[in-house]
Amino acid sequence: MTPATMLEKIWASHAILARPDGATLLHVDRHFVHDGSANAFRKLKEKGLSVRRPENTFATPDHYVPTTSRDAATQEPHRRQMVVDLDANARESGVAQFGLSDRRQGIVHVIGPEQALTQPGMLIVCGDSHTATHGALGALAFGIGASEVAHVLATQALWQTKPKTLRITVDGTLAPGVHAKDVILAIIATIGAAGATGHAIEYAGSTLRQMSTEGRLTVCNMSIEAGARAGMVAPDDATFAYLHGKPYAPKGPDWDKALAYWRSLVTDAEARFDREVALDAAGIAPMVTWGTSPESAAAITGRVPDPAQAPDAARREAIEHALAYMDLKPGMALTDIAIDRVFLGSCTNSRIEDLRVAAKIVDGRKAVVPAMVVPGSGLVKAQAEAEGLDAVFKAAGFEWREAGCSMCVGMNGDLVGPGERCASTSNRNFVGRQGKGARTHLVSPAMAAAAAVTGKLTDVRTLMRP
Amino acid sequence: MMEPFRTLEAVAAPIATANVDTDQIIPARFLWRKRSDGWGDLLFHDLRFSDDGSPKPDFVLNQPAFRDARILVAERNFGCGSSREAAVWALYDYGIRAVIAPSFGDIFFNSSFQNGLLPVVLPAERVAALRTMLKQTPGTRLSVDLAAQTVSGPHGRDSFTIAPFRKECLLAGTDDITYTLAHRDAIAAFEQAYAATLPWL
Ligand code: SF4
Repeated sequence: MTPATMLEKIWASHAILARPDGATLLHVDRHFVHDGSANAFRKLKEKGLSVRRPENTFATPDHYVPTTSRDAATQEPHRRQMVVDLDANARESGVAQFGLSDRRQGIVHVIGPEQALTQPGMLIVCGDSHTATHGALGALAFGIGASEVAHVLATQALWQTKPKTLRITVDGTLAPGVHAKDVILAIIATIGAAGATGHAIEYAGSTLRQMSTEGRLTVCNMSIEAGARAGMVAPDDATFAYLHGKPYAPKGPDWDKALAYWRSLVTDAEARFDREVALDAAGIAPMVTWGTSPESAAAITGRVPDPAQAPDAARREAIEHALAYMDLKPGMALTDIAIDRVFLGSCTNSRIEDLRVAAKIVDGRKAVVPAMVVPGSGLVKAQAEAEGLDAVFKAAGFEWREAGCSMCVGMNGDLVGPGERCASTSNRNFVGRQGKGARTHLVSPAMAAAAAVTGKLTDVRTLMRP
Repeated sequence: MMEPFRTLEAVAAPIATANVDTDQIIPARFLWRKRSDGWGDLLFHDLRFSDDGSPKPDFVLNQPAFRDARILVAERNFGCGSSREAAVWALYDYGIRAVIAPSFGDIFFNSSFQNGLLPVVLPAERVAALRTMLKQTPGTRLSVDLAAQTVSGPHGRDSFTIAPFRKECLLAGTDDITYTLAHRDAIAAFEQAYAATLPWL
């Protein structure tokens, strides 16, 4: 057999048929739907179709849910309607739903892995661009548009053209205070926001091997910010340990069969990638973004770039635009940027390890700006409370909220005000992403905690205790 | 709702910014709308309108020469970011039927074909030259011929490539679902064999 990459193996095992133009109809193992999927269900109905395999489809409301209570009735009517519609669509089509009153509810990309609905070798889609998150367990997972959601609902399959393969190898040990978020921001800063367009990324190297499953989820989550449709990490013993015993993981003899299959998915040693990029973990510092594209990321020890030094006119103009929107001066130290609020949450960084790291920095200190923690799921919230993390955050003056997407995108009404500057653990610093006129600095949970207690972007390494 | 795309001869508007994300094309706070509500009034909302709802005079589509544009000539990575298909709907409902750029966000690119919007990839320097021309002569019309795979105008003619299947579907105005349903048997056969090899799924 010719040597193959993990992507090629998963691709081949899901191929139903090929179209003359080279596109392949792929079987979908898991389809996640959320409260932004209403128009896809409408399209299905308009065509007089029903959900082909409800048992492969799982629903949870996350984008529009309130985080101050678990009562959708508290939401503004348009938002409430999105939650109500999902509930009705799930019921009508026989799709299992982790509803608002269910402790398992949460951000779709947090609960998939948490429930072991996400498994190695699966092909997973969701009408959300951060679906690549699930690739951290060795799945091929990508986001799709509403028409494609309707297509998958109707056929349990999707037409795709095989992406090119890009391996990003990160080797070495991360310094204390440097986390998975810093790794992916460093990668995006290196290859650019369109650096992986048309590619599926496989993250490899000793840094990834040493990284926890939750850290890998953070890395894969932001593959789309580098333009990649999918990002994945080869499953290993850490993956299997993470999955073992989780609600939807295979049980008994099935577990052993699955394990043997999962081990066979790993990229063969002689397999070739279309592109290779390598980074040295030792060179990665805690990162922050200063602009309005995730590629505008720099080490916290750095400075805001000077457009006058840009390599070309287009780049100069882009930096000028970004600095005007962000209200920053060329050449200022990133640690001199004062912030107005802190958001700790989103499918990038709202898991238990994220909360633990942040709580450690916050412990015994006070937030000097408004700050909130929004756990990624009801179960993450419960776990954090069992560990007393909620008490640490609350004592420091943080708000402790219910699970949802919240201020990552503000669709539920948790918004950053016009002109306000937010240190955020989310994944997008686009113009207006967290609210009209909002200014976003993307950071890791540790860096968000540091910013909360100092009121400015701060190198978390100066606050770390033994 | 999807019209066939054959040829298009219309005013083209330049958008020189790279990485125009779908949050710019349609801000998140409007996404609760139904597809049938229409989305054209929301296109580029925060770039197009001031806080009081008045049009911003400097935004390209608010300039008289570009108001009737049905073609956009954009920059690299147009439509990146969020998967929201409403970005395509807003463009389509406004009247835009083709976007020319050096590259596109992946999901936006695929969704365009499902809605009758043609994304045309041309080399970066050709796209830049087109934008320069449109800036110098506002109101310039371009013709896009899908069958011939060309973009032509006063500058001459550029050829583009497109997957033959995508082309056929756009020419006929059909989306993927109808096509795939004709292969129901292949899907069912696959599902059976798949379940036999991976019984725990
Ligand atoms: S947390 Fe943010 S990025 Fe993640 S699914 Fe929700 S809105 Fe999208």
